[in-house]
Amino acid sequence: MFMTPLLIAQLGLTLFVFIMLLNSAAVMVYVERKVAALLQQRMGPYLVGPKGLLQPIADVVKLMFKEELRPAAADRLLFALAPIISATAAIAAFAVVPFGAETTFFGLLDEPLRLQVADVNVAILVLFAIASMSVYGVVLAGWSSNSKYSLLGGLRSSAQMISYELSYGLALAGVLLLANSLSLSDVVDRQAGAWFHVIPRWHVFLQPIGFVVFMIAGIAETNRAPFDFPEAEQELVAGYHTEYSSMSFAMFFLAEYINMVTVSAVATDLFLGGWHGPFLPESMGWIWFLVKVGAILFFYVWMRWTLPRFRYDQLMAFGWKILLPIAVLNLIVTAAGVLYFGL
Amino acid sequence: MTIDVIPFYLFGAIAVGASLLVIAQRSPIYSVLLLIASFGALSGLYVLLDAPFVAVIQIIVYAGAIMVLFLFVVMLLNAPHEEIEEDLAREAGPHRSASTGLKVFGVVLAVLFVVELVWALTRRGGESGAFGGASVTSVGAIGRSLFTDYAFAFEVTSVLILVAMVGAVVLAHREPVGGKAPWGEGAPRSGPPE
Repeated sequence: MFMTPLLIAQLGLTLFVFIMLLNSAAVMVYVERKVAALLQQRMGPYLVGPKGLLQPIADVVKLMFKEELRPAAADRLLFALAPIISATAAIAAFAVVPFGAETTFFGLLDEPLRLQVADVNVAILVLFAIASMSVYGVVLAGWSSNSKYSLLGGLRSSAQMISYELSYGLALAGVLLLANSLSLSDVVDRQAGAWFHVIPRWHVFLQPIGFVVFMIAGIAETNRAPFDFPEAEQELVAGYHTEYSSMSFAMFFLAEYINMVTVSAVATDLFLGGWHGPFLPESMGWIWFLVKVGAILFFYVWMRWTLPRFRYDQLMAFGWKILLPIAVLNLIVTAAGVLYFGL
Repeated sequence: MTIDVIPFYLFGAIAVGASLLVIAQRSPIYSVLLLIASFGALSGLYVLLDAPFVAVIQIIVYAGAIMVLFLFVVMLLNAPHEEIEEDLAREAGPHRSASTGLKVFGVVLAVLFVVELVWALTRRGGESGAFGGASVTSVGAIGRSLFTDYAFAFEVTSVLILVAMVGAVVLAHREPVGGKAPWGEGAPRSGPPE
């Protein structure tokens, strides 16, 4: 009796998001390699399937059949736990991200359902909380492997994530002040429509500095180049996951790509108007959402293959002495703007 | 007994059990992780109390930011696993000696803590119901009462955190680089006494 259509739809949506997140990691692996090849004038994967499209599947099969290795001196429990923490945090973070307007699925449901797994009223903070939990996966992997490379990778990563989380949070706070709400769907709804019928009312136009800070801190949070210190190949072999193989290695990989997708989706919701866009009706808004997320993801990959890695002290100096002051200034100016002009 | 009680006892049991295990652990890394579990359970209790904002802040500030720093420091101080065992064995041995500086510091901290605890319990004991229902969920209400009614407690807590920070600096400089510690006679030593 308690299986109402709405509940079934909600459960279906949750399962759909879960599967799509796993798929997005596979797609991102392919896109990453293809874009890298494009930028470096190579072919990229092209043997498995048409245009190499089945390459991710081949990769997954290969990883599944590899032997699971564990260093003799590793801490057994934590060594097994670390990839699970990473992957769980990555998948859980997407739960509060809305990706489409309310819909009744062509009249199948009595009341509209929002395309979001959980509409929490403190969604942005939940996101932040889960992001701060995902650090543990990396740190514990580095420590429990009992290998110098892993440990250095883990230590660097914790220092980096702590440093950039501050700027990340402050960039978010600017948008929160404008939207006067902690709910992501409220933030998106506020960005509907356009100024003078031309410029969309996206927060990126009100918060250009906040957007840039958010993107930079987001790249650092997801450990992507040019901030990929935890896994700097030339110095640390593979950083915190040096000792991992087979599926536990795959879980770290999965987590990295899902985190990228989540940060892109959050940037879209906060700054780029979410599913709002011209030409398409509200119910088809998820297409706009996908387009925007795809654009940011492409930018991510583009950055990785364009910019060289920072030096470690440069990374820390940049985070604390440049990015953080800019983020604080941005927050103060925004607060003043909201207070005096009621933006 | 209603069904709401079950999650309360569940979270309560996890919080208490994990906290007890924190001090029963030999490995500092496991202590840190158990403390995180305890904070997570506390956060669950806040959700049951209809205070999602406090619950999430609990995770962000304690389980997220502060415990990452703890973990960082624990990893930095005695990184390889074997050394932890050695350290513990050495400290438990007959040559164990905490220097006077450390002892005084510990006593000062303990006294401060007890004073704060007594003060907090006597002063705010009767007003636990001051926060009425819906206002707990509002970020604005929490901020306002934090900076008006509870401003003094807020500032006192920040001083306490400063004290802890100074303590951390003192502890972290356990092995002076140039032989003699920069802060004089009370300098703690890492090796056994001569």
